[in-house]
Amino acid sequence: MSIFEYNGSAVVAMVGKNCFAIASDRRLGVNLQTIATDFQRIFKIHDKLYIGLSGLATDVQTLHQRLVFRHKLYHLREERDMKPETFASLVSAMLYEKRFGPYFCMPVIAGLGDNDVPFICTMDAIGAKELAKDFVVSGTASESLYGACESMFKPDMEPEELFETISQALLASVDRDCLSGWGGYVVLVTPTEVQERTLKGRMD
Amino acid sequence: MESVFGLVGDGFAVVAADTSATSSILVHKSNEDKIMKLDSHKLLGASGEPGDRVQFTEYIQKNVHLYQFRNGIPLTTAAAANFTRGELATALRKNPYNVNLLMAGFDKDTGPSLYFIDYLATLHKVEKGAFGYGSFFCLSLMDRYYHSAMTLPEAIQLVDKCIMEIRSRLVVAPPNFLIKIVDKDGAREYAWRESIKEPELPALA
Repeated sequence: MSIFEYNGSAVVAMVGKNCFAIASDRRLGVNLQTIATDFQRIFKIHDKLYIGLSGLATDVQTLHQRLVFRHKLYHLREERDMKPETFASLVSAMLYEKRFGPYFCMPVIAGLGDNDVPFICTMDAIGAKELAKDFVVSGTASESLYGACESMFKPDMEPEELFETISQALLASVDRDCLSGWGGYVVLVTPTEVQERTLKGRMD
Repeated sequence: MESVFGLVGDGFAVVAADTSATSSILVHKSNEDKIMKLDSHKLLGASGEPGDRVQFTEYIQKNVHLYQFRNGIPLTTAAAANFTRGELATALRKNPYNVNLLMAGFDKDTGPSLYFIDYLATLHKVEKGAFGYGSFFCLSLMDRYYHSAMTLPEAIQLVDKCIMEIRSRLVVAPPNFLIKIVDKDGAREYAWRESIKEPELPALA
């Protein structure tokens, strides 16, 4: 089994009308065994920027700590929050630094940039950025997620519809993957508010 | 194969570990204490490579003491767990420690807590956790019988169920177990569960 599949994960982000949603599963596993059903993979960098990290759980935690540190330092120096595009470049650079001993993580970055234009991107474990206008996926359930998102996605969805769509896409995809699932966690961000919700899914 | 498991109850946390020190087919001793007392209110149950287990847990214990000497107050359980994860994570890509840990502690303001830290430095706060082949039996038993705010007798009954299951279902089952608990009165040994008692040898003349 690949090192990326050791803990099991599923992360997806979608763009709506002046909003974005980022969702992940909640399973922490060790190969075939499930250890916990409340593992956090989506982290807040600042009010309008979230990062979801799939892959090896220890690297998820290490990367999260390093990125929060880097952003706090940036904020102290620049006296403002990082733009999502800048943050994506930072993550890409940090991952490529470890080109020959990489972090086994595939991040999904979602944020509201200038004028609250939604921004999403994903990258592989060594920092190859992939921008998208509609949705990005990552994790052991990524192939199922691609299919589910492609069929369920519509451009310019309102927040409520976006939440519904991303939740259904996530739950449908993780149900086809034994290594991810055990519930879902969705963050929906609009220019004025942030909604965090836990999804009840098949617990198997 | 080594088994360590633990759970959080009402105002206490309990950690149990087998007590055999083995090397391939040989059992060196069957009264090895694998649950280290980090300070007055913290326990660290460890399983894994024997050298790493002792060296790493002693290193953590001494650093927890050092913090208390330097700062005059003890670390919280969460802080100690995060420190331990940091040490494991730093060593992971240099000279990794092959140790799985369950850290149990009691803090005055937050009560009892249990932290699962595996050998790759994955940290997670849990209500019940287990390592080793025994975990395949213990986790399922605890899923079935655990509920939040268990009393001490209920929790020990569950721990005993897990021990009986490991003894009866694991092919190379460790014979003896040690149970330690931590609550507001501190961390202490609770009981041994021995099915093979090491003989008390008379001193050589």
